[in-house]
Amino acid sequence: MAKREVTSKDSGARGNSGVELVRSEAPSELLRELVAHLRQNRTQLREEWVVRISETRLLTAMTKEEIFAEATSVYDSYVEALETEAFEALQAYARNLSERIIPRGVETHEVVGIVLLLRDVLARSLFAKYQTDFKKLNRILDAYEPAANRIANTVAVGFVQERERVIRQQQEAIRELSTPVLQVRERLLILPIIGVIDPQRARQLTEQLLRGIRTNRAKVVVIDITGVAAMDVTVANHLVQTVEASRLLGATVIVTGLSPEIAQTLVTIGVDLGKMNTVGDLQGGIEQAERLLGYKVVTLAETR
Amino acid sequence: MEVPILKQGEVLIATFQAALSDADLEHLRRGLVQQVVKFRSRGVIVDVTAMDVMDSFASRTLREIAHMIRLRGAETVIVGIQPEVAFAMVQLGLTLEGVATALDLEEGLAYLIEKFKDVN
Repeated sequence: MAKREVTSKDSGARGNSGVELVRSEAPSELLRELVAHLRQNRTQLREEWVVRISETRLLTAMTKEEIFAEATSVYDSYVEALETEAFEALQAYARNLSERIIPRGVETHEVVGIVLLLRDVLARSLFAKYQTDFKKLNRILDAYEPAANRIANTVAVGFVQERERVIRQQQEAIRELSTPVLQVRERLLILPIIGVIDPQRARQLTEQLLRGIRTNRAKVVVIDITGVAAMDVTVANHLVQTVEASRLLGATVIVTGLSPEIAQTLVTIGVDLGKMNTVGDLQGGIEQAERLLGYKVVTLAETR
Repeated sequence: MEVPILKQGEVLIATFQAALSDADLEHLRRGLVQQVVKFRSRGVIVDVTAMDVMDSFASRTLREIAHMIRLRGAETVIVGIQPEVAFAMVQLGLTLEGVATALDLEEGLAYLIEKFKDVN
């Protein structure tokens, strides 16, 4: 006989008379069944989850009300993802959620932690419901576990992607901020450098300067490195190359504000200081640049 | 490929078109010096705006051109080196040392006119 009659407590779930085939129900039917259960018990399960979150001391950066609000939407999205298997929508939700909570100081381990806690809370609930029918429990878990794991993965990946996006954005902003090319007179550019220069920043600096020389038709450039504490040999070489490349575009470079340490580095690498135009401070550098360009600055009193 | 050489008063202007072979560069070197002699030019502008890459042979040839032209009493200015090309050149150590450079044709002419005044 291909069929056998079994009265199952859950026969109402699929609307047939409790006849169970030897072959299991389709996974999608099982999913629908467990999703229905998770929705019915939403309030209780969500509460249980929130309790576990505070027990494990996660999301300490957020208030109870905030956690509750976010937990509600996460719970609903979780169950919906189980039901619809629309993981792209879930990833978009995860990135959106991350955008909100990353500025609050929430870390990756916290996000992964709470999703795994939710997975556990829901799994326990399924154990409780189907504990008397071990075979059915196994089939339910067969449907639940891959989907739940995929959800945890998707949310974690979404969170990390958002963090990486923020980091890239901040790095770009820092770079833009730190290398402005300023025109202070016709044909005269100033490049004030502040902070740490690594080879990548040095390269970006050179490219920006060369473009600036062409755009502004600059004949003199003052590069001020008062704000740079130290420079390694690689970066010092970049500076020399910047001076040489600027000359190829017809611009003279004056370097100002060399600290004693940097002067030492330049001497050590054997820079031909005859080729490099240096002046003590920015003021002196601008005055020399003006002389080169044929400007003379006088006070109004002198012109009367 | 022939490099067009134009005469503008006492100045000759040679304009590079895109990629030049080694033979083209050789040809130009001989041609330019002959023209300097023929027209008794006082200055030469080599416009490399169209060059998107400069290798060591081209760089050496330009320096030789400038050197030979100086022996005829004339000044050479290289103009129009693109920012990306300039960057690549200095990384290879090709600095065109001893050769005057300017941003573009206009700057190159201004430079030569100043130079002519100094000599006078």
